[in-house]
Amino acid sequence: MADPATPEPKGPSRLLHDRRWRAVIAQAAAFALVAALLACAGLNMARNLERAGIASGFGFLDQVAGFEISQTLIEYSRASTYARAFWVGLLNTLAVSAVCIAASTVLGFLLGLLRLSPNWLAARLAGVYVEVVRNVPLLLQILFWYIAVLNPLPPPRQALDLGGVAYLCNRGLVLPWPQWERGGLAVGLALAAGLALAWGFAAWARRRRVRTGRSLPVWRLGALLAALPPALAWALADARVEWSIPALSGFNFRGGGTVEPEFIALALALTLYTAGFIAENVRAGIQAVPRGQIEAAASLGLRPWRVMRLVVVPQAMRVIIPPLTSQHMTLVKNSSLAVVIGYPDLMSVFAGTTLNQTGQAVEIIAITMLVYLAVSIVISLIMNWYNDAMALKGR
Amino acid sequence: MPRTPSEDTPAISIRHLHKWYGAFHVLRDVNLTVARGEKVVVCGPSGSGKSTLIRCINRLEEHQKGTIVVDGIELTDNLKRIDRIRREVGMLFQDFNLFPHLTVLENCILAPVWVRRVPEKEAVQTAMHYLERVRIPDQADKYPGQLSGGQQQRVAIARCLCMNPRVMLFDEPTSALDPEMIKEVLDVMVDLAQTGMTMVCVTHEMGFARTVADRVVFMDGGEIIEENEPEAFFAAPQTARAREFLGQILSHGQQAAGA
Repeated sequence: MADPATPEPKGPSRLLHDRRWRAVIAQAAAFALVAALLACAGLNMARNLERAGIASGFGFLDQVAGFEISQTLIEYSRASTYARAFWVGLLNTLAVSAVCIAASTVLGFLLGLLRLSPNWLAARLAGVYVEVVRNVPLLLQILFWYIAVLNPLPPPRQALDLGGVAYLCNRGLVLPWPQWERGGLAVGLALAAGLALAWGFAAWARRRRVRTGRSLPVWRLGALLAALPPALAWALADARVEWSIPALSGFNFRGGGTVEPEFIALALALTLYTAGFIAENVRAGIQAVPRGQIEAAASLGLRPWRVMRLVVVPQAMRVIIPPLTSQHMTLVKNSSLAVVIGYPDLMSVFAGTTLNQTGQAVEIIAITMLVYLAVSIVISLIMNWYNDAMALKGR
Repeated sequence: MPRTPSEDTPAISIRHLHKWYGAFHVLRDVNLTVARGEKVVVCGPSGSGKSTLIRCINRLEEHQKGTIVVDGIELTDNLKRIDRIRREVGMLFQDFNLFPHLTVLENCILAPVWVRRVPEKEAVQTAMHYLERVRIPDQADKYPGQLSGGQQQRVAIARCLCMNPRVMLFDEPTSALDPEMIKEVLDVMVDLAQTGMTMVCVTHEMGFARTVADRVVFMDGGEIIEENEPEAFFAAPQTARAREFLGQILSHGQQAAGA
């Protein structure tokens, strides 16, 4: 390795002047410093907790929680444990996040495209929307939807009638709810399979169109394919379903399923707010594609939407994805603002009520932080994988 | 070469064409007829409206007054007509504009597959045929970013030819190239001219104009000032402005002469 003309100096001084060794030494020093600080903080904390008589450790998770939670996706009661309460909160956070990520991404793409549309009115309206939504604090928007829009809705007896089966009132959105006697799981799975089948068919039809130049009525055949497996499963499993239709009884609805106003307000605010930011990312990504690309595609005779689909969007995606990832992660973290309207998310149930009752702040905050961190990392991994798939080759 | 039934109609016919950018009058009463198989070179100082003129021919720019008839179809706001004309008219750009997310081969088959509904296999065969003609069949699976400028421009030529156009427009196709790459692109263009393609070419390559053009059109200030056969135009320009322009590009015209 070394140049034979200039012999390397021997001894420790050689290491001090070696670029790689210097990097290792610097890293080791930094690590030692951080470790010392953490140890100091940990010791200090342990001593203070002991002096204040606060228990430590994770034993509290098995104790009975003793409080109610208004909305649960899994079975939970006052007699459940704190660990169960943690899962309820986490699932609520994930539910609202999943709904909002999907909805805000779709809405954001539409708004971003609309803002660049040659239609003057549509472009201006999208522009005004984006500016308003991005420049009003999210907390205010959540409170606006909860207090100014959903709260003044009439009580159940004067509920807004949505086609005679669903009702909107100050208790939330009341919907008909299926109660399966048997075959529910089979039909559900078959529906998922049908949708996957339709999606695969659409991809196949596109490849066939490229291969042979002949196209198929993709939408109609796709809908048929999606409907076929659930219909078949229904017949085979001899499915029985009882639709629970909401009906007024006394001062409230009986039957049906209810989407609580807290969920609606939080989902609306998070979706509309994040969509404004995503719209800007989409607009920036599309505008980053040079004009010449669009001109070249148009001069080859491609129609405007094919230019978009085949030339502009594939190139824009590599600009859009990184900020889109961070919007998704921000959305999950912003969902913790649910606390202010009492939506029982992880922050409210675990880092709120549970912490107040047990006083074990260190453990609970640590768990909560780790959970948000883990969710963010998972989103980031998925999006990085997608980004790699979209990256430009040969650069 | 495929010919339309109306053999005698000109490939391009431009009558009393005017265009404004806001208050700026870019094209002033331009009249130009290009016969089938004819090669026309358009030259002139920068800002003379020559690029704008050829970009009007496939509606990358909109004109405000006058008529443009391409291949017997008049250009109007009718989208169907614009589609038909763009299918028959290929265009080459100064900065190539290959699609960077697609391979060379994919660049070439994109429009035949999605516009003409040519089966992919057939489109690939056609593409390989034209890539051979522009002398880079071995680069078919590379991405544009991996090619030199000259190679990219030759791919762009092949990409146009895959649509089997009746007319080719060239908007300063060699202006963004290094001198040694200009020749490889011009050679391909000369080959193309010999096949009988109708060509309208904005260029400063006077050597190319001499060997290939049937006619040279000189523009200045948005007008066609002079129109003549290349030998006559270069030997004895009729107008003072053309003389001045030729004097300027030939005085430090190493590139022009070398090409």
